Amino acid sequence: MSAAMRRRAVLALPYAWLTLFFLVPFMIVLKISLAESVIGIPPYTALLATDGWQLHVSGESYRRLASDDLYALAYLNAIKFAGVSTVFCLLLGYPLAYGIVRAPRRWRSLLLLLVILPFWTSFLIRVYAWIGLLSGNGVINNTLLALGLVHQPLTLLNNAFAIYVGIVYSYLPFMVLPLYAQLEKLDPALLEAAADLGCRPWRAFCRVTLPLSLPGIAAGALLVFIPAVGEFVIPDLLGGPNTLMIGKVLWDEFFANHDWPMAASVAVAMLAVLILPMGFIRRLLQGETA
Amino acid sequence: MINRLSPFLAVMLVVGYAFLYGPIASLVVYSFNASRLVTVWAGFSTHWYVELMHNEAIQRAALISLEIAVIAATGALLLGTAAGYALQRYRRFRGRALFGTLAIAPLVLPEVITGLSLLLLFVALEQAVGWPQGRGVPTIAIAHITLGTAYVAVVVEARLAAFDRSLEEAALDLGARPFKVFLVITLPLIAPALAAGWLLAFTLSLDDLVIASFTSGPSSTTLPMVIFSSVRLGVSPQINALATLFLVTVAVLVTLAGRLMNRPEPKS
Repeated sequence: MSAAMRRRAVLALPYAWLTLFFLVPFMIVLKISLAESVIGIPPYTALLATDGWQLHVSGESYRRLASDDLYALAYLNAIKFAGVSTVFCLLLGYPLAYGIVRAPRRWRSLLLLLVILPFWTSFLIRVYAWIGLLSGNGVINNTLLALGLVHQPLTLLNNAFAIYVGIVYSYLPFMVLPLYAQLEKLDPALLEAAADLGCRPWRAFCRVTLPLSLPGIAAGALLVFIPAVGEFVIPDLLGGPNTLMIGKVLWDEFFANHDWPMAASVAVAMLAVLILPMGFIRRLLQGETA
Repeated sequence: MINRLSPFLAVMLVVGYAFLYGPIASLVVYSFNASRLVTVWAGFSTHWYVELMHNEAIQRAALISLEIAVIAATGALLLGTAAGYALQRYRRFRGRALFGTLAIAPLVLPEVITGLSLLLLFVALEQAVGWPQGRGVPTIAIAHITLGTAYVAVVVEARLAAFDRSLEEAALDLGARPFKVFLVITLPLIAPALAAGWLLAFTLSLDDLVIASFTSGPSSTTLPMVIFSSVRLGVSPQINALATLFLVTVAVLVTLAGRLMNRPEPKS
């Protein structure tokens, strides 16, 4: 077998699979977002009429997307929740990753494993754990009451605070791992040189460590931000029934309203927001091989 | 002494790990609570574990989830290994940029989009070619294979990038055929990554709620779907018990996988 044929044999199956089950579905989402919602199976109109070649394009769902403030608000909310959570993930994750790098060598792999471990346990169950902690008669409120720090339970669940906690908690490992990978590569000699030249540690951090860890910060931030924008489970379980986040809106359009074209156009619009950061993340993750 | 753990970093490590493990610890503790109220401690009891053993809905769902996870992890291992190999070893081929995007996109794409788009594909396929008839275990498995492939590809790619190619080259120089080189040299060397990739795809499948909800049918309720509908009604100690069993299993599996990954490469 020639080299070219071998390549084709290796590539054919994953390429075909990903095209059929990842690329083509997007085309279909795009198509159905342009259809009209009807009652029936399936609940949308055909784009090509059966009697001819006339295109039946309806911009109805996009018109609603643009005119109903609910959708704009849900998008802005999602970006706000994801963005603020990303910043908090960074503030917590950076010292954590740097601490692991600086820890004694024999601890390092264990510390790293402990960051990865929650990622291997059920995401749903980790979100669920916070309900028990944050609810009105939950662990945190009971502790605060018992200590006499508060006199009546704080509202910690079913609000924006709970969503932030949920996102930061669930996505923290995604921030720590790329940061660790980047900080570990950093040559300690650079910091020694800075110190020898009279640079104070904080200044050395700002001038040397921080700039050199920027690719890790970017990768971590994108790995947190992109999926968090479309998050459904966290706002649904921790944010309460009135949370407006675009992932939840898409879910409700589909499962509650059975409006497939609307759900599809919400997905298209979400993708339009995320396509740029997704391009960046591909560069960062496949940087060395691309 | 530049390269030392400063007090600030030491405190942050403690805070970070407390944040990561506090909620998990409270889950485990309250799974042994005698009271139905998850938050009031009323003595040690294994009552909820016994009740879990008699919950047929959860057991049925767990079996379905396990079946899907095994199929999905195995499929993702095959496709993801090929994809990771191609991305690492074939520098230039037509459509490489598209392939790279396709192989990595499921990793970060919000699950609601992946789920919705796959469901719409299945519906369109059923209309066009009559397959798949309805939705169930096969459609969820296909969706999870697609998701898992991306993760396996990344793990395999990283492992391939790290290992010494001279062994492969030596085998080729000695006249071994490329396929034999792959089987005898490459495969054993990347075996730890394959094991980790399989486990990762397995766990992802077992854990997925959103994509499974879109692509499931009436007879294929998975474990996360049962947990989700139960959690939506409020906190239940049975779920705590289930979570604890899950955590123990994962801890054992990850320790095993860690042993595999950290095993030194055999010196030829």
